[in-house]
Amino acid sequence: MSKHNLFYFAREGAFNMFSHGFMSFAAIGITVACLLIMGTFTLVAVNANAMLAELEAQNQMLAFVDKDLSETEARALEKELTKIDNVARATFISNEEAAAAFRSRYEDDDLFQGLPDDNFRHRYAIDLEDIGYMSQTKKALEAVPGIGEGNVTAYEDEAAGFITIRNVAGIVCIVLIAVLFVVSVFIMANTIKLTTFDRRDEIAIMKMVGATNSFIRWPFVYEGFLMGLFSSVIGFFLQWGLYEAVARAVASNDTINLISVVPFEQMWVYVAAIFAVSGMLIGVGGSLSAIRRFLQV
Amino acid sequence: MIRLTDVVKEYPNGTHALNGLSLEIHDGEFVFMVGPSGSGKSTVIKLLIGEIEPSEGRVMVNGFSLRNIKEWQIPFMRRTVGVIFQDFRLIEHKSVYDNMVFAMRAVGAGPKEIKKRIPYCLRLVGLENKSRRLPSELSGGEQQRVAIARALLNNPSTIIADEPTGNLDPARSLEIMRLLERINALGTTVLVVTHEKDLVNRFDKRVIMLEQGRVIGDGKGYYGGRKLQ
Repeated sequence: MSKHNLFYFAREGAFNMFSHGFMSFAAIGITVACLLIMGTFTLVAVNANAMLAELEAQNQMLAFVDKDLSETEARALEKELTKIDNVARATFISNEEAAAAFRSRYEDDDLFQGLPDDNFRHRYAIDLEDIGYMSQTKKALEAVPGIGEGNVTAYEDEAAGFITIRNVAGIVCIVLIAVLFVVSVFIMANTIKLTTFDRRDEIAIMKMVGATNSFIRWPFVYEGFLMGLFSSVIGFFLQWGLYEAVARAVASNDTINLISVVPFEQMWVYVAAIFAVSGMLIGVGGSLSAIRRFLQV
Repeated sequence: MIRLTDVVKEYPNGTHALNGLSLEIHDGEFVFMVGPSGSGKSTVIKLLIGEIEPSEGRVMVNGFSLRNIKEWQIPFMRRTVGVIFQDFRLIEHKSVYDNMVFAMRAVGAGPKEIKKRIPYCLRLVGLENKSRRLPSELSGGEQQRVAIARALLNNPSTIIADEPTGNLDPARSLEIMRLLERINALGTTVLVVTHEKDLVNRFDKRVIMLEQGRVIGDGKGYYGGRKLQ
């Protein structure tokens, strides 16, 4: 593509966009709305995922060591435990530490304060890499000599609940994003179809004098590209503002820090890139689908 | 050169527009094609500019065989043919000059070429002083001259005029024909499709007469020993 053709296409594309101001405004507005809804769902999913990851990390298993083993022998099991697949970390807790923690949890109850340390067993707090493999890991831990069957506690139901939430949220998010993307492409295609319909005589003249299909197509592709780009930029800043407002509202209402919001600064590059790519794909895809019919002359 | 050999064209609705039509137009010729409505004149034009394909037979236009032409080759074939229509087909919101720029840009011409070629073509049709006017500010004859200038922009070897005087009064019609004659004198093949027999009879040119999709007469100024009526 020559330099003067490139300028010509860009100029024609921009001219088309501004000469159909209202339709372009409508297309950009709807694309921004779709991008915002897509972006909001994605960010909600990202936050939900982060919170689930945090909760998953808190979902530890406890492996109780055989009562007959001394503290030194019990500590020696750590190496063997960390060798097991899916075990991220095995933290030793002596019976004294376990007893102290128990007493401090029930410090208002005199009944528990006199319990001797011997009533508690040495144990390991096990952090997993993936809670999806909790039952397999439990079996592997129970197979370690010094732990034994029935000596590992695991909250398998809770883990399954987390996994279900994560999977459902992921699927809902993907379906919504796909639907909104198709809707945006359809709207953009219809807007550009109106532009092309308005210029059908010009297209016919271009074909008559010997313009190639690609030459006719390019200004419309630029128009879609520009509209997509405008939509991305506007959508990005609106998304940023919206996210910050929601984050502030959550922070001021959530006094017990139940919900942790991922700072936008950590994600802005990804959000900007996704918005830019989605906007441009919507614009270019829409214009290509709109112009196809008019080129069949 | 234009050559149609045993061309049959049947439209999807079953209409037989051409029934074994054959004709040949050599480079540099000036030819009138006449015939009543439904004789196949418009179908011949559509075939010659690659808008439709023949059902049977061969169509050759300036070295391109339109029977086997690839889709990407059609624009390049069209650049060898300048087309003029009865309704001028100018872009109303663009000036005469911008209409010309638009046509040249469409085939990827650069700024230098545009600056050189447009004034030449406007001079050729006598409209060099009206380049900044909008089509609506020109008379019908002037608009047709703009359309002729536009058809000449890409230096085609053939001009096809489809009822070029259909919207003009007799004086303007004659003016347009004289202009096409001058263009022909410069070496461009000219094919004028018309039903205005009086106009045809004023020129001593080859006349091809069609009826029911066939050539029923082919001669110079006359058909069957008598002037066209």
